Amino acid sequence: MLIESGSPVPADTKVGISLTINGEARALQVAPWTTLLDLLREQLDLTGTKKGCDHGQCGACTMLVNGTRVNACLTLAVMRDGAEITTVEGLARLANPGGGSNGLHPIQEAFIEHDAFQCGYCTSGQLCSSVGMMNEGHAHSRDEIREAMSGNLCRCGAYTNIVDAIEDVMQPGATQGAAR
Amino acid sequence: MVATFSSTGRDTFVGSPQSRVDGPAKVTGLAKYAGEFAAPDLAHGYVVSSTIAKGSITAVDTAAAEAVPGVIKVFTHENRPRTAWLNYNYQDAVAPPGAPFRALYDDKIHYSGQPVALVVAEDFETARHAAALVKLDYEAEEPLTDTEAARDLAYVPPKKRNGIKPPPEPWGDPEGAYDRAPVKLSQDYRLAIEHHNPMEPHASTVVFEGDGKYTVYDKIQGVSNSQGYLASVFGLNKDDLRVMNPYLGGGFGSGLRPQYQLFLAMLAARELERSVRVALTRDQMWSFTYRPDALQTIALGADRDGALRSLRHDAIGGTSHFEDYQEVVVNWSGVLYKCENVALTYKIAKLDTFTPGDMRAPGAVTGVFAIETAMDELAYATGVDPIELRLRNFTDHDQTAQDKPFGSKALKSCFSEGAERFGWSRRDPEPRSMREGRELVGWGMATGVWESMMMQSGAHAILSADGKLEVGNSTGDIGTGTYTILTQIAADTLGLAMEDVTTKLGDTRLPEAPVAGGSWTAASSGTAVMKACRDVAEQAFRLARQMENSPLANVDLDRVVFTGGRIEVAGDPGRGVSLVEAMRAGGVDRLEATAQGAPDKDFNDAYEAYTHSAIFAEVKVDEELGQVRLTRVVSAVAAGKILNPKTARSQILGGVVMGIGSALEEESMLDHRLGRFMNHNLGEYHVPVNADIYDIDVIFVDEEDKANPLGVKGLGEIGIVGTAAAIANAVYHATGKRIRHLPITVDKILA
Amino acid sequence: MNRFEYVRAGTVAEAVQALAADPNAKFIAGGTNLLDLMKYNVERPGRLVDITRLPLDRIEERDGALRIGALVTNANVAYDARVRAKAPLLANAILAGASAQLRNAASTGGNLLQRTRCYYFYDEATPCNKRVPGSGCPAIGGVNRIHAIFGTSEHCIATHPSDMCVALAALEATVQVSGPQGERSIAFADFHRLPGDTPEIDTDLTPGEIVVSVDVPTTDYGTHYTYLKLRDRLSYAFALVSVAAALELDGATIRSARLALGGVAHKPWRNREAEALLQGKPATRESFQAAADLIVGEAKPQSANGFKVELARRAIVRGLEQAAAGTPQSLTDKRIA
Repeated sequence: MLIESGSPVPADTKVGISLTINGEARALQVAPWTTLLDLLREQLDLTGTKKGCDHGQCGACTMLVNGTRVNACLTLAVMRDGAEITTVEGLARLANPGGGSNGLHPIQEAFIEHDAFQCGYCTSGQLCSSVGMMNEGHAHSRDEIREAMSGNLCRCGAYTNIVDAIEDVMQPGATQGAAR
Repeated sequence: MVATFSSTGRDTFVGSPQSRVDGPAKVTGLAKYAGEFAAPDLAHGYVVSSTIAKGSITAVDTAAAEAVPGVIKVFTHENRPRTAWLNYNYQDAVAPPGAPFRALYDDKIHYSGQPVALVVAEDFETARHAAALVKLDYEAEEPLTDTEAARDLAYVPPKKRNGIKPPPEPWGDPEGAYDRAPVKLSQDYRLAIEHHNPMEPHASTVVFEGDGKYTVYDKIQGVSNSQGYLASVFGLNKDDLRVMNPYLGGGFGSGLRPQYQLFLAMLAARELERSVRVALTRDQMWSFTYRPDALQTIALGADRDGALRSLRHDAIGGTSHFEDYQEVVVNWSGVLYKCENVALTYKIAKLDTFTPGDMRAPGAVTGVFAIETAMDELAYATGVDPIELRLRNFTDHDQTAQDKPFGSKALKSCFSEGAERFGWSRRDPEPRSMREGRELVGWGMATGVWESMMMQSGAHAILSADGKLEVGNSTGDIGTGTYTILTQIAADTLGLAMEDVTTKLGDTRLPEAPVAGGSWTAASSGTAVMKACRDVAEQAFRLARQMENSPLANVDLDRVVFTGGRIEVAGDPGRGVSLVEAMRAGGVDRLEATAQGAPDKDFNDAYEAYTHSAIFAEVKVDEELGQVRLTRVVSAVAAGKILNPKTARSQILGGVVMGIGSALEEESMLDHRLGRFMNHNLGEYHVPVNADIYDIDVIFVDEEDKANPLGVKGLGEIGIVGTAAAIANAVYHATGKRIRHLPITVDKILA
Repeated sequence: MNRFEYVRAGTVAEAVQALAADPNAKFIAGGTNLLDLMKYNVERPGRLVDITRLPLDRIEERDGALRIGALVTNANVAYDARVRAKAPLLANAILAGASAQLRNAASTGGNLLQRTRCYYFYDEATPCNKRVPGSGCPAIGGVNRIHAIFGTSEHCIATHPSDMCVALAALEATVQVSGPQGERSIAFADFHRLPGDTPEIDTDLTPGEIVVSVDVPTTDYGTHYTYLKLRDRLSYAFALVSVAAALELDGATIRSARLALGGVAHKPWRNREAEALLQGKPATRESFQAAADLIVGEAKPQSANGFKVELARRAIVRGLEQAAAGTPQSLTDKRIA
């Protein structure tokens, strides 16, 4: 069914929503209780976004919703009807909108270069959070980056390398697409 | 020790910083973890956890849960399908002595959070919803979860855990020497219970392939362990069980043993004859293993110049009622310091919790915190500089092992290079003597130590007709960089580019290797891969020599080099053939070898092998408010040959960061009345965040070791060992407060 | 998480109506606390009324106040140029809380209505008077390092976890609500309640009411202010103790003072006597200590949180020093000024 303002969607009913996910417009049927995170991971096989705590306490599920970084675990998919979603799988495309998804986003390259991860489980969230942080434009110094990235836990302890990677991309002269 | 992997005498990749070969998969989100593999008709299991810590289940009501549309079945102890009968069948490859926990076994509750039901449904949300509708009644008994309260019940474990050295017999006259010593110190030390909390919660996906066959994706640090466990518990043939785990979202020891979600997923898959996934929630990450609390006492007797006359280190660690978990806590004191009168004791006490388990540098984190804090106290008691004190008590023999010499021990270089980098000579030893504005500045140091081990390990190498090489075995890359170092080793051994080598891990179809833990993987898997590659090289060489008009005819193997995909006469690059040509001429489309790496018995008989480190820490403590900032760490490590300085550095960084957590933040808080961990989430169980971590400087000092063919000692644990002591010592230097009970939180600073 | 009906509201009236139609309904905006609690079965609403499309997402300046719509995200409040210029204390308090991701989603109204982080409240396996009235409070005598030292009752010792609300209390904001009985204003001090014998009730809202905006007076507290937060790690943790301090100074004399504490009570904790004590006094450490002593004199610590009393005393003094000096606590340089 479709959502109409003011009329209840019964609990056991799936409703139609539209989302643009990594540049692709999709019409989806979701139950009201499905989070954006579970929708992507369980129904769309987009498992790049990770579930680390499911309670907004680790940041592993960070993705960009209309360009803003949020915890997908605390977001009902049905409430984001019409939104534009970018996950780790779509970062490369974000950096090279015309060129398909062949290359990597500069932040992805910088993470590899600076060894900014070990097990890789927080990495997708760290990457999306980095891009979101650059979009916000409030963090410039190393201290500001550290604070702004504190919503993403890394149990392997790659923090200093993560900051190095971000600084690298934020430096003047770094690829323009980086902060998009 | 091998000088180089490459037959040219100069390695191209080993020893130089290389980016992770699994990097692209991880930064694009394509790397799949155990709970992410899809299967047709996949059912989702959600675990219901016990709300009491001890007692029994008196009634089970699953009707409401089963009435939810989409629920397939609710498993409890009342309808659990039969599995193996004997305890023996449940003992995995690294189980401590005892009767392993069996989920849904009977009505008995052994610990709070114990799985008491599994709801299987068509989708995750339905399973979660229905799980909340399972009604259980309990008859609760009073739990005992306080190690302190169990102190008098502690005992020396009658059956030793495999691979864990019990304390050595005491030597000399520790008590008399203590009484006679002019300087005496005796203090209690404690660290909080910690939970591993890898970023990936434990999960298992069992894919039902039909015909009695299963493909299992399990969050485990070595798939062979899961395979063996499942085969034994469910009476399955190993050939029908392929267990895989190409990527692990962090383990730190929590994935050494198969955990209950694997058992439950398999149980359900077999019963329902369909694929099932069971993923634990974050709070359920407090429902199995943990780093145990330990009550420790250290008594040091010394001369006025700091020379140790007596050393006693006693520890009581927690375990469960069903298994005797053991770790090496006290031996480190005897390994580190020369002393003629030593007593080391270790007991365990049963608690109403799950069995504790190995967590990054198990036992060493605990024991070395205590001895290295005590040594700092001795430095103050004697007025000797902490580094000088350690040098005065330096030993190059292992007194806990028949006084065998160490195969190498470049700890003195760690002290000197670390001190130099840190600026230790500018330290005013007086507590509270250094300050910047409102902050007291403290500099502390400590030694780290970990045993360097090697395990029996297989690996294979397959060279294809296109010149591409595949190597691999069943162990896991738990974020340590195993994919990368094995690729480097293989590439150098066969003279290929890294791009031409693919390393495969985490699949029981690959040659068997042990779980990844104990810092033994680089040495064990690395040796096996090197040997397999050398075997392939030799086969290729034989083919090359048999070629018509072979430029290598009459040339011996030890006179050729493998480089650039070719076999060439050393010093005569023009005389050679490519590997591809040799295979084509020999009419083979692949060359394959499987090899074993194993500990060197001769070496083990002659030497003891340990990694060492010196850690220097700077803290800034707001004098009035007690806020601690850890502004600088230098960790100087002696770990033999460094295969990849880039990933090696990351290993140490990670160990240091976890050590910072241990020192300042991490604490699983039990409500002993309920026997329950109360802060079971990542909002209230604090691990370091980015803002907590300032500068960390890693130094690898030169060290040549003969511990194994590679000269590699392992890096997974050494970064964490001693870090908490260095920080606690820095806090003392800053504030004059000696805090012997971790974590050092603001309440303790203000107390 | 239980199943629920979903209603998307287009207008405030529609939202209020949709809520009123089901006694077990709840509004949802950012969802950062409600979904968290629903996954733990602590909240089990039968209906969620999605209010994110209501026109309550603007900040307007009027009559000497900033009117912040209930749906403005925490981030959009904190980074709003008018807020930063005229109520910088509020901006700083918000940025001291949670993470960037959460602040991007959490709403102003939701921040006010977030529930305690008490371990026992969150854990269905344990009793809790706030979750199940009458079941008991195991936090008393239990693991209570993070719990309240002011205004507790024998039924509940939980704290309110918000940072933003501490600043709003200090700035004497007003909460505008709408409900079945029409609109009304609630002074911020009256918005949150002490636990008393009804700890299950957090606020003064009556059933069916919705927060539509928060009015923040644009006072003269824009220069001498600070938000000082002390916690178990340097970011992304709830306050053990936090202090929102704001002063108006005549030279070296305090013309007026505002002080609110977080992490220590079931609501942002204010003590008007202490504020009055500061009035007309020199802006010196002695004055600040006298005020701090007055405040913590009322503290009643629990078994494991006695340190909060001394921590609060010192934090109040330091907060007032920072405010007097016009050096608000930096959010990124973790050295405490």
